[in-house]
Amino acid sequence: MRIKSYSEALRDALDQEMARDPRVIIMGEDVRPGVMGVTQGLYDTYGPTRVIDTPISETAFIGAAIGAAMTGLRPVVELMFCDFAGVCFDQILNQAAKLRYMTGGQISLPLVIRTTMGAGERAAAQHSQSLHHLFTAIPGLKIVVPATAEDAAGLLLTAIRDPDPVIFFENKMLYDSQMSVSDPAIALPFGKAHLLREGDDLTIVALSRMVGFARTACDELAQKGISADLIDPRTTQPLDEAAILGSLHKTGHLLVVDEGSARCGMAADIASLAASKGFHSLKAPVQMLTPPQTPIPFAPELEDAWLPSSGDIEKAAYTLLQKV
Amino acid sequence: MQLPRDTLLRLWRTMVRIRAFEERLILENRKGGIAGHLHLYIGQEAIATGVCAHLADEDAITSTHRGHGHALAKGCDATGMMAEIFGRATGSCAGKGGSMHIADPKRGHLGANGIVGANAPLALGAALSAKTLGTHGVSVAFIGDGASNQGAVFESMNMAAAMALPVLFVIEQNGYGEYTRTDAVTGTADLAARAASFGMPAQQIDGTDIFAVYDATQSAIHHARTGLGPTTLVATAPRFGGHYEGDNQAYRSASDMQKARDQQDCLALYRNRILEAGLLEARDLDAIVHAAHSDMEQAARQARADAPPAPAALLTDIYAKAL
Ligand SMILES: Cc1ncc(C[n+]2csc(CCOP(=O)(O)OP(=O)(O)O)c2C)c(N)n1
Ligand SMILES: [Mg+2]
Repeated sequence: MRIKSYSEALRDALDQEMARDPRVIIMGEDVRPGVMGVTQGLYDTYGPTRVIDTPISETAFIGAAIGAAMTGLRPVVELMFCDFAGVCFDQILNQAAKLRYMTGGQISLPLVIRTTMGAGERAAAQHSQSLHHLFTAIPGLKIVVPATAEDAAGLLLTAIRDPDPVIFFENKMLYDSQMSVSDPAIALPFGKAHLLREGDDLTIVALSRMVGFARTACDELAQKGISADLIDPRTTQPLDEAAILGSLHKTGHLLVVDEGSARCGMAADIASLAASKGFHSLKAPVQMLTPPQTPIPFAPELEDAWLPSSGDIEKAAYTLLQKV
Repeated sequence: MQLPRDTLLRLWRTMVRIRAFEERLILENRKGGIAGHLHLYIGQEAIATGVCAHLADEDAITSTHRGHGHALAKGCDATGMMAEIFGRATGSCAGKGGSMHIADPKRGHLGANGIVGANAPLALGAALSAKTLGTHGVSVAFIGDGASNQGAVFESMNMAAAMALPVLFVIEQNGYGEYTRTDAVTGTADLAARAASFGMPAQQIDGTDIFAVYDATQSAIHHARTGLGPTTLVATAPRFGGHYEGDNQAYRSASDMQKARDQQDCLALYRNRILEAGLLEARDLDAIVHAAHSDMEQAARQARADAPPAPAALLTDIYAKAL
């Protein structure tokens, strides 16, 4: 074990896989200097054929990564902000996600698109979104949303080894968060939720940065005699339905916390899971805690109000348990 | 140019097979039983044939909605393609792709594409693999003249030039994108100059003249294989039919359509030239035509008889590693 930041853990995982498998290459804007931090230093080890700075042409370089994945490489491509998916959406939606199915299984695409999500940097509406739910809705993709350095590294190894296209959402607000992590990283399976706290009164399902906030909330709640299961699904496709439904069966109360969209987002998706497959376990309506359905504002006061906090999670738990 | 007899026969055979495949499709479509649209390549056969004549299985192509010709020229199996177009389990894509998505990666065909221009970046990737893995492979993106106005194509041309990737962009200038004349919606008349401005050699050629296509491709592929980067060829050839089979082409003059068939038929032009020069005998050429028609008739008969995919196929081939 070693103390590492989320960002260092990701970089070391990339390094580990690049050393292990010469077919792994990195592509993207400013990946050589490592403008986002994660790819820093890899160029020095692996050189220009494996760490490739591209033009600011997301369609061309994501498409190229798809074509390369079809023909023997295992590209890990960096899309600086998930907000930028707008300019290359076709390559993800219509190419990466569908090529295997449309060709009757003739093609496999060992491709990872690493991207960032998360509000809080005072970066306003085009550099702060969390769009994991959008991609979860597209069959053919696998979606990873790690909340800790250990999960980030372990799931990145799995993503790179996976034969299918994976969209890997790093929360940029977590890059500097430190923890003791396995060294070298240990691959973690997709579709296996992480149970961070165990309790009987309610189930909290949280994703990405909301997991840390929910942990703080759980500690506060514990002091007031309320105990919760805290579940981080870690991947939204595949989604560990059994872990969520099992916990709900025990507690009867479900709170879902997500930084993605209020409408048609992961919170709504998991609430619908509870309604359709866990209805008889529910002792109260499912609580969904998400940002409001608005673009993300710039002014710090507004952005802070936009993003759910640990205090909001605590309050939502009281509401759910009717202890307001 | 002096090509060996074998090559002359091979070029003729490929062009003829494309024509016969699609003429068969027209007949079968009239009989009924083919779902969806057919975008036919008739009139443009010399382009796919002259380009793919230089490619091996290790070389990749990415293709378009008008892709039957590219697939056949790249060596895809006509029977599997026919079954695919009929939506059969025996189809080259197990009935899940149809006419617009024929692919055969083992033959280096990475897929036709229903999104105009989207295949260009994919070809870059195959070229990047070839370069990184040292296979000496090249890749070709076939691009319509309408598609040549897509951002995806511009981005790809720039990136291919910047990275000196072994790619050939083949713009097929048939004058139309669906019902609209391409020149009416394109700022420049000179697509080759536009491609050249990205930093690569580019050449306008007569796409009805297979020798012109063959020669230009040979140089472009040599350029790519020797590490000098991409080339664009703009090959002009008319679409005989409409945007899709059944399109009544109200937007197109009768004389334009007539001229295409009477004066710009790449097969007739080739045949006349070869016979005039005494390079092959008429009976050699005709035997190939007959064989092609009978092969395609057989392929269609087989496709009609084949079974559609079983309902369970709906849920397979989404992931290589199941969720
Ligand atoms: C992104 C996108 N826009 C529009 C279409 C609809 N569409 C299909 S084919 C076509 C015309 C394409 O023209 P061109 O590239 O010249 O190819 P051609 O049909 O002449 O072979 C259009 C507009 C599409 N399939 N994809
Ligand atoms: Mg056209």
